[in-house]
Amino acid sequence: MTPVKFLPAILLCLLPLCVQAETPEEKGLAIAVEADSRDTGFVDYTNNVQMILRNKQGQESIRVIRSKTLEVDGDGDKSQTIFDEPRDVKGTALLSFTHKEGPDDQWLYLPALKRVKRIASDNKSGPFMGSEFAYEDITSQEVEKYTYKFLRDDTLDGLDVFVFERYPIDKKSGYTRQIIWLDKEHYKERKIEYYDRKDALLKTLVFKDYHQYLDKFWRAHDMHMENHLTGKSTKLIQSDYEFNTGLTDRDFDKNSLKRAR
Amino acid sequence: MKKLLIAAIGLLPLVNLQAGDWRGYIELEGTAFFEDPAFEGQSNSNLSIAAEPEYIKEWNRGKDIFTFKPFYRIDQRDDNRTHGDLRELSWIHAASDWEVLAGVGKVFWGVTEAVHLVDIINQTDLVESFDGEEKLGQPMIDLSLIRDWGVVDLFVLPGFRERTFPSEDGRPRFAIPIDTDNPIYESSAEQHHTDFAARWSNSIGNWDIGLSYFYGTSREPRFVILPSAIDPVTGTVSETNPLYEIINQTSIDLQAIYGSWLWKLEAFTRGGQGDRFVSAAGGFEYTFVGVRESAIDVGVIAEYLYDGRDDEIGSIEIRPGTAFSTSPFQNDFVLGTRITLNDAQSTELLAVAIFDLEGNGQSFTVEASRRIGSDWILALEGSGFSNVSENTSLVSFKKDSNIRLKLTRYF
Repeated sequence: MTPVKFLPAILLCLLPLCVQAETPEEKGLAIAVEADSRDTGFVDYTNNVQMILRNKQGQESIRVIRSKTLEVDGDGDKSQTIFDEPRDVKGTALLSFTHKEGPDDQWLYLPALKRVKRIASDNKSGPFMGSEFAYEDITSQEVEKYTYKFLRDDTLDGLDVFVFERYPIDKKSGYTRQIIWLDKEHYKERKIEYYDRKDALLKTLVFKDYHQYLDKFWRAHDMHMENHLTGKSTKLIQSDYEFNTGLTDRDFDKNSLKRAR
Repeated sequence: MKKLLIAAIGLLPLVNLQAGDWRGYIELEGTAFFEDPAFEGQSNSNLSIAAEPEYIKEWNRGKDIFTFKPFYRIDQRDDNRTHGDLRELSWIHAASDWEVLAGVGKVFWGVTEAVHLVDIINQTDLVESFDGEEKLGQPMIDLSLIRDWGVVDLFVLPGFRERTFPSEDGRPRFAIPIDTDNPIYESSAEQHHTDFAARWSNSIGNWDIGLSYFYGTSREPRFVILPSAIDPVTGTVSETNPLYEIINQTSIDLQAIYGSWLWKLEAFTRGGQGDRFVSAAGGFEYTFVGVRESAIDVGVIAEYLYDGRDDEIGSIEIRPGTAFSTSPFQNDFVLGTRITLNDAQSTELLAVAIFDLEGNGQSFTVEASRRIGSDWILALEGSGFSNVSENTSLVSFKKDSNIRLKLTRYF
């Protein structure tokens, strides 16, 4: 018997040791990488979004947007968002290029002026359309934008979940950390807690009503963000998902932004 | 313009109106002035109503778009401000590496806040707003070629739109009434001269850059005082005529983004209106995001404005028959702030002050707005002038500090 033939047996013996040796940071990262790889290959999709903003007194205001997303090999996604309501901003469009490293690029199109305005990339912690979602909550969540730490195995609403923390690398982020509850079966986010710069619990996001597309990609149709500091909340209802619609880079350039209606 | 409007209405039955989308606004506006007027005919207050519906039809998955956007305003005091315009009547077709817009449309170029120097395709609808941000629809064919190294836009602009100016009853207005019925053209083709423009633009990393060339009728007129407008006895000037000359203008607009900094530059060189001259504006906008752990963003705007022309309307050396220009920002400093509450009502405020560095005075503008309910916007605008000297064209407006309230219903 040559030593080579022993190798698989040796490796098998080592495997449990490797898992043992995995630090919480490595395990957290491995979970994030697996979740990301399970959502890779969607190519493109379009969807409609309704946001219901609710203040402390229970008064509601509605936002309606249409969104297109294009997967980019080796970098973050490109997306274009067109606002339908409120009516005063109808036709306003936002173009975002997310990047794995460095700040994202964003341009805003103002239809009344026919003007494309570049947006300062530092405004990621600001509210999106007055809602409880910050820009950084809704742009594509690239693995490279955070460092990770596994906390524990747990259950949430009867589901087995991983619980881990992630820490934004960008110093302009509004958060010190986020705690993620991710189901073990499909690696879908079930809950996120956001901690502000003083490390106090600021917001909780709960994901519901998951649908699977193309037998692979899961999308939550109901996301509810609650701000514990202000008592305000935002419900985000996603619908009309269409995958593989044939979008190209041309649907995400500044000319396409000027064509947004 | 009337012919175009008739053509538009003729075309409407061809488009299935049910399948498209109507949107737009109706706006009620009230203005109050703080001081008694400088000129006879002007009043201390004004009411106005305007509407701008828009019809849009997209087909071919958004690769073809038809747009029809008329505008009309009725003004209590100013007959010139009671006016209509075909803002847009266009067909856009987008292919994989080119796009074309044919019809009446609007194009914006530029980056700076206080002035819009390189923005030349559309004529300014000055009666709408003295900041020059409202534009008249321009007949055009715009061919966009989309390449890896940027976008090239080639414009053919058949037909010229005259700038609108307030009437003698309008406020604010220039001291010398402008005879808008009798503009003077350099070209014998007058307003039928076909103009051309070309532009290259690109985004390279943190930079947005545009290089543009324009040949045709100047959107910004100079003015001439005809001998017949001068009273032979008293020597007083009764009116002046806009002079539209053929110009060639080359311009650059640049913007760089570094974190919270936006650095901006616009400049052009123009030949055809007397001696060739340069005009430039540059500066920055810095945004403090989420001040004091709130959702509020506060931006600080600083710009420097340069204009190589003389501002001659304030000078007493205007002779009959010679052309003169009105360009108040020769050597001026701009300081402003943009406050965005990022609340559900989209409350925002922009305040800008322009200081003449040669001591000819200051001008101020404030614009604040807030959504009421889901479909209304209430806006408050103020503008003021202080220490305005006789050496600037702004002297005409020195008593015109005012506050304006606008209530707009969007549908």
